Amino acid sequence: MTAVETSVHWTTVCPLGRLLPERGVAALVGDVQVAIFRLHDGSVRAVGNVDPFSGAAVISRGIVGDRGGVPTVASPVYKQVFGLLDGRCLDDADVSLPTYPVRIRYGHLDVGLPW
Amino acid sequence: MRELVVIGNGMVGHRLVQALCDRDSTGAWHVTVLGEEARPAYDRVALSSYVDGVSAEDLTLPGLAVDLHLGDPAVAIDRDARRVTTEGGRVLPYDALVLATGSVPFVPPVPGRDLPGCFVYRTLDDLDAIKAAAADAVARPGPGRRSAVVVGGGLLGLEAARALRSLGLSPQVVEIAPRLMPVQVDEGGGALLRRLVESPSGSHAGLAVRCGVSVEGIVRDRDRLVATLSDGVELDADVVVFSAGIRPADALARAAGLVTGERGGVFVDDRCRTSDEHVWAIGEVAALQGRTYGLVAPGYAMAEVVADRLLGGRATMTPAELDMSTRLKMLGVDVASFGDAQATTPGALEVVVNDPVAGTYAKLVISDDARTLLGGVLVGDASRYAALRPLVGSPLPADPVALIAPGGVELGADALPDSAQICSCNAVTKGAIGQAIADGADTVPALKACTRAGTSCGSCVPLLKKLLIDSGVQVSTALCEHFGQSRAELFEIVAGTGIRTFSELVSRFGRGRGCDICKPAVASILASQGAGHVHDGEQAALQDTNDHFLANLQRNGTYSVVPRLAGGEVTPEGLIVIGEVARDFGLYTKITGGQRIDMFGARVEQLPAIWRRLVDAGFESGHAYGKSLRTVKSCVGTTWCRYGVQDSVGLAVALELRYRGLRAPHKLKSGVSGCARECAEARSKDFGIIATEEGWNLYVGGNGGFTPRHAELLASDLDTETLVRYLDRYLMFYVRTADRLQRTAPWIESLEGGLDHLRAVVVEDSLGIGADLEAAMEAHVGSYADEWRGVLEDEEKLSRFVSFVNAPDTPDPLVRTREERGQPVPVALGMPGVGA
Repeated sequence: MTAVETSVHWTTVCPLGRLLPERGVAALVGDVQVAIFRLHDGSVRAVGNVDPFSGAAVISRGIVGDRGGVPTVASPVYKQVFGLLDGRCLDDADVSLPTYPVRIRYGHLDVGLPW
Repeated sequence: MRELVVIGNGMVGHRLVQALCDRDSTGAWHVTVLGEEARPAYDRVALSSYVDGVSAEDLTLPGLAVDLHLGDPAVAIDRDARRVTTEGGRVLPYDALVLATGSVPFVPPVPGRDLPGCFVYRTLDDLDAIKAAAADAVARPGPGRRSAVVVGGGLLGLEAARALRSLGLSPQVVEIAPRLMPVQVDEGGGALLRRLVESPSGSHAGLAVRCGVSVEGIVRDRDRLVATLSDGVELDADVVVFSAGIRPADALARAAGLVTGERGGVFVDDRCRTSDEHVWAIGEVAALQGRTYGLVAPGYAMAEVVADRLLGGRATMTPAELDMSTRLKMLGVDVASFGDAQATTPGALEVVVNDPVAGTYAKLVISDDARTLLGGVLVGDASRYAALRPLVGSPLPADPVALIAPGGVELGADALPDSAQICSCNAVTKGAIGQAIADGADTVPALKACTRAGTSCGSCVPLLKKLLIDSGVQVSTALCEHFGQSRAELFEIVAGTGIRTFSELVSRFGRGRGCDICKPAVASILASQGAGHVHDGEQAALQDTNDHFLANLQRNGTYSVVPRLAGGEVTPEGLIVIGEVARDFGLYTKITGGQRIDMFGARVEQLPAIWRRLVDAGFESGHAYGKSLRTVKSCVGTTWCRYGVQDSVGLAVALELRYRGLRAPHKLKSGVSGCARECAEARSKDFGIIATEEGWNLYVGGNGGFTPRHAELLASDLDTETLVRYLDRYLMFYVRTADRLQRTAPWIESLEGGLDHLRAVVVEDSLGIGADLEAAMEAHVGSYADEWRGVLEDEEKLSRFVSFVNAPDTPDPLVRTREERGQPVPVALGMPGVGA
């Protein structure tokens, strides 16, 4: 993780309180759309917001759940399911969402994007 | 190319031509069909539905690419020259000729039978004439209800009586035999049947029945008819209908010198060939080995045999195809007979369980050694028909009394031999179904698709389910990997425990954190049980995106907005507001199929401002985004229409406002038509209402979509209060027991007993839950609140309607539009823009 963190720049997007448990929000970081999810254990995950199957920026509006214990989000367009830990599509091994590191500082959420 | 001439354009003739056209891949035959009636072929079995508002077009069978001459019957057959002459002077040579002339009604030689006001019950033209006469009688001034006499108390006579009652007359049935339906049921069954159809309560008919007497004469007395019976009684009637049996229409064949059966009909062998090798006969005109058959199923089998033979096949009629077993609902009474129902086998024994209190009668006919089942009769409750009928000719699997006693042995499918027919409509044996299961069919729909079993009358579907379970196939009803329960079971758990959060439900009754299948399903269950606003507390995280933003997600990530226009009504002021909102927010507008206006292209952050203006103008959410009531479509009814007989708009508005916001397993659509012309297309809806002179007919289980279905009649001539009570029960029963994303049509199909069971629950309250269902609906109606107003009045809920959490008013940069026909439409995503 240390290596990853040094290779990104951090942007503060919102107070942690804006995130509902097991629900997503979208953030615009530069021109990158990020979907951010707060899981039931309080951890936060960030993946790309653009659904690779439809091209629409809607991943943040999907339903959060799990498959076999792995946290997931389902695209609201055509319902493909993506793992929130690694961004991989569980219904199509060739497709994945980018993932982004997050950190919480002073009660605010930061998202890290590559330089 | 050889010439085939088919005389007769009824259901059996039509089936022959269809089967031949389907299979004649080399074009061996040129087909000419001669029809006596001026109409195209129609479904005569469903003839009576014509008085319930089903149109002649609905009853019409699919058209076929043949030379069809309607209203031009054959008048002569020259067998030596092999040609047919028609009334209109056509002369048609043939290589093969098929007689499918059907039958003619038998009218007993009663003086006065030709008087105006006397009818037979066979064709759509007959029904048109009866409808007109009934309408005249009803319209005539004077006290008392108009009445009809039906001559004949068999299957057709009771159908006619029901139809006459639907037309507003009080029918009296006169049957010469000592009981009703003498062919199908025995004395004990007939006695119960009579008592049930005479009872004025429930869905039963309240008919007047006179058995063991005949009509001796009919005379005209001023503007009515008087029928004198053999016991001296005189019956007043506005209409007399003869339905005293049928006779084969074999006059043409007799004139041509073909051999006929002893009791009429054209004699054919087991290939359906007459005494002339170029001439075949099928259906009711055919006397197969000397015997005629008045049901459509044997006729269809004959049509298939002849189609096969004409193409060089070697098919023959089998005894199974001549099975006269029947199960039907007559005037609300379940009646079935199978095998040797009348116990004509020498030495046959009869075992009877007769319960006049419960209103059920069951008889089994067994062989003289009490080992083999020969047949039976069931009246009042024929639910065991599907299990018993295939056992005919097989050893009895249990004590015969236990097989028909209440609470007795439930027959497992394992009791049946492989040769037993499970589906008699399509002649599918238990062996064939076992093979299909072995080949991988593991659901009822899969079995239907590969064997055709259960695709006609559906009475064998419970048996198909049993066969699947018996074969060890696990028919899982688990909702998803997080819940082993079905949706209906979860509904009961939520109702019984009072659990109001998904977290508690999944931790106590499931596993894991849920998914996009169980979360919205549980959200719907919670909403149906009055859990408040769909965004309250933890519920917000359960909703799919449509319910989360209370709008319909479109392909580019924007949403569409639909305000409610109850019944399709909108004021000019309302239209102007909708127009202004669409213009000011740059939305594309389109009229929906449900008589509303849809505004497309709204971004998440625009939705509250759009709805602020709509709510201020008096609009409310249309729930177009929800698995809930969508619209109740209507025609203008008596308010404007010259033909309307009831206020369809008023009812549609009332129903839409009553059931708005009701969360259900799937979307619900409805329609109300103000007369039988059915301009609101109510029969394509989950619940459709069609006005009658007397009230409303209620149809259920219709839908458009991938598998279109016509709704079926649940109850007729209801007053508005009864209609609403039945609808409350129907909808709440559906909400409680259907599977996730199961529309009403497959739900009804999945109920054991299907539509009959539903009718029992809704109309007769057979489960005793009617009051409970009504109370649940009252609770819903009482707690309804507009969801969009609820959002606008709550800052916390409003705070979710942002494009980006860190840039709340910045539009999604991927959403771009271009103009098409004067309106904005999305630029396809992932493609270069082609416009502004």
